[in-house]
Amino acid sequence: MNWFPKHPIRKLLRPGDALVLLAGIAGWVMLSVSLWQSGPAAQAQVRRDGVLVAAYPLNEDRTVSVTGPIGTTMIRIESGRARVVSDPGPRQYCVRQGWLTRPGEMALCAPNHISLTLTGGQPTYESMAY
Amino acid sequence: MLRRLILTPDDHRIARLTAAAIAIALVESAVPSPLPGVKPGLANIITLLVLLRYDWTTAAWVTLLRVLAVSLLVGQFLAPGFVLSLGGALASLLALFIVQPLVRCQSRWFGPVTLSIVAALAHMLTQLLIVRAWLVPSPGVWVLAPVFFGAALFFGSLNGLIVAWLMQPNAGGVASNENLPHNTQP
Repeated sequence: MNWFPKHPIRKLLRPGDALVLLAGIAGWVMLSVSLWQSGPAAQAQVRRDGVLVAAYPLNEDRTVSVTGPIGTTMIRIESGRARVVSDPGPRQYCVRQGWLTRPGEMALCAPNHISLTLTGGQPTYESMAY
Repeated sequence: MLRRLILTPDDHRIARLTAAAIAIALVESAVPSPLPGVKPGLANIITLLVLLRYDWTTAAWVTLLRVLAVSLLVGQFLAPGFVLSLGGALASLLALFIVQPLVRCQSRWFGPVTLSIVAALAHMLTQLLIVRAWLVPSPGVWVLAPVFFGAALFFGSLNGLIVAWLMQPNAGGVASNENLPHNTQP
């Protein structure tokens, strides 16, 4: 058995190597959890003053308007994502946020007391081809 | 009038090592992979051995020549696969250039496994970015990122351990000093 490593694994995997590997594994776990913890977003929920006023499936394209204290907020649902298209608020934060795609993402139009949230739920089936 | 090409020992050395790397890469390209883009990258063992035995410049030559030659042999020169290989190779060479002082100056603490993991991660990340920006312009690409990340960690560690094993004085003489000419190691 001349070819078999005579040195223990410690010689091959030095302390710093082990640290690099552990850091890599930690990063990998964090990445996997953040990307896979919830399936695709399935539903858009519209709330006024924190109260659910409407919920729409994301697989049907539509435009929704919700009236709040200072005007009308327009919400667009399109190809599995949703966004606030227009809002009477002065700073337009929720409009500039753009498309929401993942469960848990939220656009808050505070001046008009409207919020748009995506939730998960039953995964929608997509086809995938190589 | 014919102009004579003068071949230095360096040229011979690079050619020999590149030939070995090409052979490994060709064999590997014939093995089917469960997911496009996931493969062991065993030819990088040669890159790391060259980096540790000689220097970064030689390793860069060997790697880039290998990428070029393999793409010609497999028939995907200038095809997307070639761009991905070249991008990955350039990124991992850059990463190796940055990390190598750590291994050279702190060799008690850091060895081939560190080099291999860092290079594999740089390779994977760059290819993912190229795919995202050019081939599949959709955020859905990131859903596969953990798969590629895990494969890079696993095969990076494996290749690093193989290199560490080959670098040992008594490992069957595969990479020991007497078998490689013009050794620059002190």
